[in-house]
Amino acid sequence: MAEPAVRAVRAARAVRALFERLGAAVTARLWRLGFASRFLFYLLLHSGTALRRFRLTMREIYFAGVLSLVIILVSGLFVGMVLALQGYHTLQRYGASEALGVLVALSLVRELGPVVAGLLFASRAGSAITAEIGLMKATEQIAAMEMMAVDPIARVVAPRFWGGVLSMPLLAALFSAMGIFGGYLVGVKLIGVDEGAFWSQMQAAVDVREDVLNGVIKSFVFGIAVAWIAVFEGYDAPPTAEGVSGATTRTVVTSSLAILALDFILTALMFTGGNGL
Amino acid sequence: MRRLVQTYAPLNTPVVSIENVWYGYDPERPVLRDVSLEIPRGKVVGIMGQSGCGKTTLLRIIGAAMTPSRGVARVLGTDTQALDHDGLYAMRRKLGMLFQFGALFTDMSVFDNVAFPLREHTRLPGELIRDLVFMKLEAVGLRGAAQLMPAELSGGMARRVALARAIALDPQLMLYDEPFTGLDPISFGVISRLVRSLNDALGATSIIVTHDVQETLGVVDYVYFVADGQIVAQGTPQTVDGSVEPFVDQFVHGKLDGPVPFHYPGAAFAADLDLAAA
Repeated sequence: MAEPAVRAVRAARAVRALFERLGAAVTARLWRLGFASRFLFYLLLHSGTALRRFRLTMREIYFAGVLSLVIILVSGLFVGMVLALQGYHTLQRYGASEALGVLVALSLVRELGPVVAGLLFASRAGSAITAEIGLMKATEQIAAMEMMAVDPIARVVAPRFWGGVLSMPLLAALFSAMGIFGGYLVGVKLIGVDEGAFWSQMQAAVDVREDVLNGVIKSFVFGIAVAWIAVFEGYDAPPTAEGVSGATTRTVVTSSLAILALDFILTALMFTGGNGL
Repeated sequence: MRRLVQTYAPLNTPVVSIENVWYGYDPERPVLRDVSLEIPRGKVVGIMGQSGCGKTTLLRIIGAAMTPSRGVARVLGTDTQALDHDGLYAMRRKLGMLFQFGALFTDMSVFDNVAFPLREHTRLPGELIRDLVFMKLEAVGLRGAAQLMPAELSGGMARRVALARAIALDPQLMLYDEPFTGLDPISFGVISRLVRSLNDALGATSIIVTHDVQETLGVVDYVYFVADGQIVAQGTPQTVDGSVEPFVDQFVHGKLDGPVPFHYPGAAFAADLDLAAA
C-alpha cells in the first residue's frame, strides 16, 4: 500500500526539482541580462572619451572593420554569384530573367547584406573583441588601468563598442555592393542577361528609403547588438584560459542568434506595414 | 641606521592606516579578520604570508580596489569607503602599483606604456612627455628598449618597464604585488635595488606583498606577517630573523612542519590504507 504513496512523493520531488532548476536557470539569465543592461548604460554614459578622442575609436574601426574587409568582400561576391545562378533558374521559367538584377539587389540590400555581414562580423570581429578584452582582464591590464585612475570602460570598452557599431553598416553596404557585382558577373557576363535590363530594372525597383535605408537601419541595429555582446562577454569573462575561450564562443553564438531574432522583428516592422499583416 | 626599530614610533600621519578591518567573500569564512596596521611615511614595508593568507586582499583594500566589510582603511589621509568615483580616481593618481607579472599593455610599445599615465592625466606637450618617459626608463635602465614591444621583453625587463610606468606620475605610495615572483637572481637584485632606491629618491612610501622571505628582508624596513587572515607577527628584519615565535620561525626559515602543518587535514593514514580492517 505504501509503495504508490512513496512513488507519488518521489515524483512530486522530481517535478519540484525540475522547476527549481528551471527557475534558477531563468533567474540567472535574467540577472545576467540586467547586468549587461547596466553595463551598456554605464558604457554609453562614459562614451565621451571614445568620441572626444576619436583617434581611439578610429583604431578600433581599423581592427573591427578594415581587417574584416577580406572575408566580407569575398563572401559578398560569392553570395551574389550564387543568388544570380539560383534566381536565374527560377525567373527564366516565368520569362522574367531580366528581373534578375531586382532579385539580387533586393535580396542583398534588404536581407542578406545586413544578416550575412552581421554573422560574419560577429565571428570575425566580435570574437576578437571578446578575446582581447578577456585577455586584458586575465593579464591584469584592466586592473592596472583602474589602479592608474583610468576608467577601462571609457578607455578600452567604449572605443571598441563604437568601432563595432560604426563598422557594421559600412561592412554590410560593402557586402551588398560586392554581392550585386557578383550577381552582375554571373547574370550578365556569364549567363547573358541583358545588361541594360539588369541595371535599369534594379534602379526602378529598389527604393532608397524603403529598401536601402531599412537595410542600413538593420545593419546598425545588428552592429549595436554584436558590439554590446562582444564587449560585455569580454569584460565579464572569468580571467582564465577556459573563461576567455567560453566567452568567445558565447559571443559568436549569442550574437548570431540575436541577429536572426532581431532580423525577424525588424523585417516584421519594416516590410509588412502596408498590407495589414 | 635606517632600519632601527625606534624609527617606528607611530607617526602623526601614517600613509596607510588600517583599523580593525574585516573582509570576506563568504561571511562564514572571512579572508581578513580584525586586521590593524600602520605604514609610516617614507618606509618600505613588507606584508608576508603564505599563498591565500589574505595579503593580496589587504593590498587591494589599500589600493581601494576592494572595500572592507567592517573597519576603516585610511590611505593618504582619506577613508577609502567614503570616496565616490571621482574621489577614488583622484586618490589613485597618487598611487603606483606594480603587478605580479607587470601587466604591461601588450598592444603598446615600452615607450607608450610608460607614457600612458602621463598622456591620460596631464596635458603636457609631446616633447616634455618624451623627456619624462626617457627619464623614467633611464631610472630602470631600459632607455634603450623604448621601442620594443612587451612580447620582446624578458620577465625581469617587463617588470622594470612596469615599474617605470608605475612611477611615471611620481606617486606618494607604491604598492608591489609579489614583485620578485619568477625572477632570476640578477633580475631579482635589480628589482629589489630599484624598489629601495626609487622609494628613497621619490620620497615615497612602499608596501611589498610577497612570500619571498629572505629576498624581501634585505629590502624592507619593517615587516608584517599575515596568517589565516590575521597579523601574527611584526618587526624589523633583524628582530624577525632571530624570532623564536613559532610561525615566524617556520616561515622565515622555511621549516617543513610547525604551526602550519605539512599534512592537509584528513582521515587517519591507517584508515585510508584499510589497515584497521586487516
